[in-house]
Formats: sequence, C-alpha cells, structure tokens
Amino acid sequence: MSTSQGLRAWLLSEEPTSRQQARYASWYKGWLTLRSNTLAMLGLFVLAFLILGAIFAPLLATHDPFAQDLGQRLLAPGENGHFFGTDSLGRDIYSRLLYGARISLYIVLLVVMVAPVVGLIVGTVSGYAGGWIDVLLMRITDIFLAFPRLILALAFVAALGAGIENAVLAISLTAWPPYARIARAETLTIRNSDYIHAIKLQGAGPFRIVTRHIWPLCISSLVIRVTLDMAGIILTAAGLGFLGLGAQPPSPEWGAMISEGRKYILDYWWVATIPGIAIFAISLAFNLIGDGLRDVLDPKEDNA
Amino acid sequence: MTDTTHGEGRHTPSFPPWLKTTLTTLATVAATILGLLFVTFMIGRVMPIDPVLAVIGERATQEQYDQTFRDLGLDQPLLVQFWIYVTDVLQGDFGKSIRTGQEVTTDIARVFPATLELATLGTLFGVVLGVPLGVIAAVRRGSWIDQLARFVGLIGYSMPIFWLGLVGLLVFYGILGWVAGPGRLGIFYQGIVEPITGMILVDSALRGEWAVFRNAFSHIILPASLLGYYSLAYISRMTRSFMLEQLGSEYVTTARVKGLSEWQVVWGHAFRNIRIQLVTVIALAYANLLEGSVLTEIIFAWPGLGQYITTSLLANDMNSVLGGTIVIGTIFVGINIFSDLLYRFFDPRAK
Amino acid sequence: MTDAPLLDVENLWVKFRTRTGVFDAVRGISFTLGKERLGIVGESGSGKSMTGRAVLRLIRPPGLIEADRLAVHGEDILSLPDKRMRQLRGGRVSMIMQDPKFSLNPVMTVGQQLIEALCAHEKVSRSEARKRTLDMLDEVAIRDPKRVYDLYPHEVSGGMGQRIMIAMMLLPNPEILIADEPTSALDVSVQLQVLDIIDTLVRDRGMGLMFISHDLNLVAKFCDRIVIMYAGRIVETCKASELRNAQHPYTQGLLNAVPDLEHPRDHLEVLKRDPAWRDAPSVSARI
Repeated sequence: MSTSQGLRAWLLSEEPTSRQQARYASWYKGWLTLRSNTLAMLGLFVLAFLILGAIFAPLLATHDPFAQDLGQRLLAPGENGHFFGTDSLGRDIYSRLLYGARISLYIVLLVVMVAPVVGLIVGTVSGYAGGWIDVLLMRITDIFLAFPRLILALAFVAALGAGIENAVLAISLTAWPPYARIARAETLTIRNSDYIHAIKLQGAGPFRIVTRHIWPLCISSLVIRVTLDMAGIILTAAGLGFLGLGAQPPSPEWGAMISEGRKYILDYWWVATIPGIAIFAISLAFNLIGDGLRDVLDPKEDNA
Repeated sequence: MTDTTHGEGRHTPSFPPWLKTTLTTLATVAATILGLLFVTFMIGRVMPIDPVLAVIGERATQEQYDQTFRDLGLDQPLLVQFWIYVTDVLQGDFGKSIRTGQEVTTDIARVFPATLELATLGTLFGVVLGVPLGVIAAVRRGSWIDQLARFVGLIGYSMPIFWLGLVGLLVFYGILGWVAGPGRLGIFYQGIVEPITGMILVDSALRGEWAVFRNAFSHIILPASLLGYYSLAYISRMTRSFMLEQLGSEYVTTARVKGLSEWQVVWGHAFRNIRIQLVTVIALAYANLLEGSVLTEIIFAWPGLGQYITTSLLANDMNSVLGGTIVIGTIFVGINIFSDLLYRFFDPRAK
Repeated sequence: MTDAPLLDVENLWVKFRTRTGVFDAVRGISFTLGKERLGIVGESGSGKSMTGRAVLRLIRPPGLIEADRLAVHGEDILSLPDKRMRQLRGGRVSMIMQDPKFSLNPVMTVGQQLIEALCAHEKVSRSEARKRTLDMLDEVAIRDPKRVYDLYPHEVSGGMGQRIMIAMMLLPNPEILIADEPTSALDVSVQLQVLDIIDTLVRDRGMGLMFISHDLNLVAKFCDRIVIMYAGRIVETCKASELRNAQHPYTQGLLNAVPDLEHPRDHLEVLKRDPAWRDAPSVSARI
C-alpha cells in the first residue's frame, strides 16, 4: 500500500475488507467518474483558480484596490500597467477583481452554511414527526416558496438595511425552502425502513435517529442541490450589489462594480464588462461542477 | 371486468370528491396568501423608518404626530394591526406611495402593463424556441443539437442578466445600431396612442398606428429577447428531461410497433404526455420573468413594476415595495393553483 | 412461397456499446418461424426479449443489430428503408408487451389508440374504422366494446388492458405476432383467459406466433416448438411434445426446478450453472 499502485488496487478492490475501505472506495470511484467529465474538471479548475486568487489577493494585486487616482481614470486594459484598465475613479480593475472574489466566495460560504442547514432541520423534523408539525412546517415552507425570491430578498434587505451580511441573510431566508422539501422527501422514504425500526428497538430516541441516521443519508442529494444553487446565490448577490443593496461602495463587489461601470458602457466598455465576465466564470464553474456531481451521486438523469 | 367504479361517488356520503378538493385548494390558497401578508407585514414593522414621520414629515407637531399615530392604528396590539392590514390589502388598499404621492394600487395599475408586455413577449420567445429545442435534444440525445441545448442552458444559468443586458445594449444599440436604446418608446412617438390595455404593442396595433408599433417594437425587442433567452434555457432543459422520461417508456415502443412514423411517435405520443407538465413549467417561467424583469427593467429604463419596486426601495417608500411584492407573490400563488387545476381537470389519470 | 418461412433468422447478434466495451445481448442465434407457435424460453438476461425486438428492428442506439439473414417473408429487414420498415411493423409483424399498464398510452382513450393502429396501415373512413375496432374488441371477449372504447387505460383492469393490447396489435391483420411475456404481469385468474384468446386468434388467422417467456411449463403446454436460450445463445431446441427428453443440463435443470403435481418430489433442485454453457456454440433452430 506504500506505492500509489497499491493504494489504487486497494481502493478498487472488489471485496473491501472494512467499512472504511468500502467508503473510501466509493469516494474514489466517484472521483474517477467526476474526473472523466471534462467540463466538471474545467469548472473545478476555474474555481480553484478563483479561490487561490482570492486567498493570495494581497500578493497578486498590482495596486491597492481602494486607491483612487483621478489622473489615471478610465484607462483601457493594458495601459500604464493596469491589466484590465481602471474605473471612473482611477482604481485598478484587476486588483479590485481579486479582492471582489473574496466577497463573492464569502457570501456563498455564508449562505451555504445557513440555508441548507435550516432546510435540513426543518425538512427532517417535518418528515420524521409527521402529523400537525409536518403540516405546519410544510405550509410555512410553501409560503416562502410562493414568494418570488429576488423580490423577497429585496424586501428583506430594504427592511434590514443594505450590506453584505444582510444580503446573505436575505438570500438564506429565500433559499432554504427547496432544501427542506428535499430533506423531507428523503426522510419520508427512510423513516419506515427496517433498519430504522431496528435502531428504535435498540432504544434510540428520535433525536439520535434523526441526527445520526437520517441526516447522513440526506447529505448527498443536498450537496448536489447546493452546488447547483451556488451559481444562483452568486447571481442573486451580484444582482443585489448591482441594485446598490448588497455590498456598499467602495467595496469591490463585482455586481456593484458593474453598476458603477454602467454609466460608461458605451464609451468605456471594459469597466462594466470585465467584472461581468468574472461573475459568469464563477457561476459557470459552479454549474459545471454541480452537473458533474449529479452524474456521480445521482445517476438517474445521466447526461451521456 | 373493470376494476374501477363509475358511480359518480354516490355511495360516499355527503361530500362529492371535487368539492372536497376544491375546498382544500381554497384553504391552502387562503393560508398561503395570509402567510405572504404576514411576512410583508412583519417586514414593514421591522423597517427602521418611522411610518408616522414618513406620512406627516419631520416638521409636524407632537399633536399631529399623536393623531396620525392613532389614525394609522399604531396604538393597537400587533394582531389588531395585522388584521387591519389584511382587510386593507384584501380591499386593494396598499396605502399611499410617499414617492409619487398616489395610491400604490393606482401606481401599480399604471406600471404593471409594461412589465406584462415585456414578460409575455419574453415567454413567447422562450416557448417558441425552447420547446422544440428541448424535444429535439431529447430525441437526438448526444447529438450536436443536444450539446447546443446544454450549452444554451449552462450560459443561461450562469450569466448575470443585468450584465448580459448591458453588453446587449453596447453591441446592438451602441455599436451596431440595430435596435432602439433604453425606454419604451422614442420621444416623438409618445402620447400618440391612447392607452387601451396599457401594452403599447397591443394598443398601437388596435389603433392602427403602425409607426408607433414599429418604434415600440424596436425598443422592446432587445429586453424581451434577453428575458426570452433565460426562459428558453429553463424551458428547453425541462422539456428535454420530461421527454427523455417519456421516450424511455413502453407505450412509446408500442407506438413504434404499430408502425407509426417517428414524428407521430414523438409528437403524437410522447409529447402528448408531457403537455400538462409543460404548461406548468411555462407558467412558472412566466412568473419568473415577472420577477426577472426587475434587473432588466433597470438596465433598459423600462417603466414597469420591477423598476417601480426598486426605485421605491431606494427611496424608502415601503408601501410601494410591499404592495409590489404582494402583487407578484399573489401572481405566483395564482400560477401554482392554475397548474394544480390543470392537472386535476386535464390529466385523465387524475379524475 | 408457401414453403418459405414467415420469419427467417440466421446468425443474429444484438450488441450494445458501453463505456467499458461492447456487450453482446444476443450472440449469433438462428431460427425460423412458420405458421406455428414457437416458444422462446430463458431466464432474464438470456436475450429472449432482445431477439423479439430485433425482429422489429426496435433496438435503438447505442444498440446494434447484425445478422447474416433476418427476413420476413423473404424481405431482408436490415436493409429496408425506414418507410417500408414502418409498413412492416404492425402491418406484418406485431408485438404484445408484458404490462398493459405501461404499454398503453395513459393519456389517450382505448378507441383512439386502436384506430391509430388501424389507420397506420389502411386508408379507411372514420365510421368504418370505428366499426372494425368495436368488432375487434368484441373478438377479444370484451363485453361492452362501446363503453370500453371511450375509457382511458388506467380505467381498465390488467387482463382487459392486455386484451385491448391484443386487439390493437391484430387489427391490421399481421402475419407474425411476437408475444413478450404477455401474461407475466397479470393475475393468475386471467392469465389463462388471455392465453386462450391469443391461441384462438392466432389459429383462426393462420398466423405465426413467437411466444417469449421464462415459464418453461407454460410454453410447453402452449407451443408447438421450443427454443431454449441461455446467455444470448440457443442451447437447445425441440418439439414441445418431446421436451421430457431434453438433453441439455440447463433445460433439465429448469424442468427439475419446477414443482409438478403429478410427480411430486421431496427436493426442488437449484440450478447450477456451468460456465462452459456460455461458450458452447449456438444450436440452430431453423427448419
């Protein structure tokens, strides 16, 4: 097992000798499928690129993203050492993009930590408890589902005040219901299976059953859904930024950057266009990975 | 021989089944709308803006302030306030807009046709191209057209709409000059057509003002195709997956065994089975466009509901924002019921 | 012409391209079908259904059909243009599938589906088509054809659904009927009735029947000749009356694995499969 060849054989063994081995083997096989999906790997590559760019932004940036220089305003890409040119206040667009990647990833990370967890709890409780709790929780879920998401987020931000954290909160508040639906559906199929009855006979309480035995089984379908939703989260966040309701100036949020460049679109196309390409790249990356993951984890709708 | 009874439900006492389902549907709708109102009500309460000051202005005396405070029912318990709010809204009263000084209902009636016109044209675009694309992609799975459908979908799901709108303006208006710029109508054409429906394309056609029609068309074509593209991405993706499911089923093989042509098999059999699902998807796409038009309307200076909500928001004009939210929310609920009813009445299996 | 078999198959292969290579579902089988009842028996995965579908050229990509000869009435199926093939399907060769719940279109009435089958092959007026359809429903022992005509598939029972399926497939007067497990999805109580109807109609019309089933005893009772398939090949073929004298261990195994009221046994044997069966060459069932 010391050589990579041995490890590979161990992972692909037809008869795993332990639960650990079987689990690692299924992960490895999933990875092999994912790796054979060129587009998904491209997405992964783009994402890794953006994450590295965000982490090492201070090292990679050529200018201070906030430093204004009115003498250098609206320079075309490549001029005076500005890769992507400068905006209307003479700030370096390339450096702002790098720092903007931090904001986008930060927003995605926060939403992903809140919305699916809320959905998971609501869905599993609803599905496991049944009865009036189920009816009540699902009614609430439906009400949130009935709302148009962007408008609801707008209304929330309006009430809470503009800013990144409030944008995250607003997006999370509108994003959890589909997760609750998925988790509930999974719970309903698992709830009556024999092994749950067996655990009950051993004296496990509802809390233990839900957290230890139902949650782990809901994870894979939630992961697919979350990855596919990440692009939507980024687009919504950028939309809020564009409307002036997300990150506030002078923060280099990509949506806000497009909004700032909008006035100059006809004469200085790059100011608004380049951040748009960045948003497109990151959401495309998430969509490609999500598609790939769905092929691995949920082979029902396989896109050959 | 049959295992179904055709007794019109006579042996089940009192409730005929259709009445029961209708009642359940109504109750669901009522609960959903009430919940919707509750959410908007709560949003209105947590607003950091004093509703009294918003009405009477900063310079009012304490007496005026107290008077208005009572007039607005703010001295009542929260539940009573909510009740007042609900009855007002149900009577179509969303309060006054601080920004325009008019009833929110009047404002919305004025701006809504513009959004409706845009979303309708966009959906039309999405359906006309998206349904055939999805069907062909499913039938010729793995072919270049399937790849194209996938590509269209990926771009649609990844591209920020406001950015694509800007680039569209830059290319088709700024550089190529093929279409008119932002706005609904050129300045020389405004006020010629007396509104009937509020949708300029329809009105100008009804009145025979073809010059106005052409100008309006050159304004709407870009934002409508933009919205249509997103609707196309969604509709073609759903159509493809519905069709794949049907094409794999046995009755499709039966149809082939009968000696039907591929066209009859695909459109006469498989497609016939997805029609209801598809109408639901189209209705949803339509609702999504009503919402998606928020950002598009900003880019194209389109005087519709989306722009109304956003400008009100930036002006802290809460009544207008919540009014607009409720209108769009209600349309969403309406569309959900519509698709529900569609299944109930047009799917032979649901009877 | 009269001596030529209705269906002539020589060295038929059905292949599927997968990511890991080519999978052979049917591996070089040969048989003929005359005006007789030919039973094709095998376990699931033996390629018996694929054989039935290959005859109608219903294998879709990534599947592939290859044969030295695959002819209906002397007409080579594999080289036919699509249009002629469609005339053949339903018109000369028809197929009944396992479960009417899935094989009838759920959103079309029984009448619509029957009329469509007829009109695909004959130019007839509406009223004429309706009359013949109702007559056909009567022939498959449906008591109230006029009412059933307007029903949707989910409103009829499984047995009735299968009889409707039979009526639909026989309306354009085909010469060959392929029945792919036509009774497996039905209640035991109606199985015999459905078999009876198939038998009567096939006999009266002088058709050839290819009866595909996993149930050796049923096939033995119902058919004239039996072909036994294993792993995509024919391992044995014999007259139904001579089945008891079957030589191949697989056939014997199948026979011994079924309880028999007349010769009760203490032990039912479990079939032991010999890997050598898989590689043994196919037996020809041509006459």
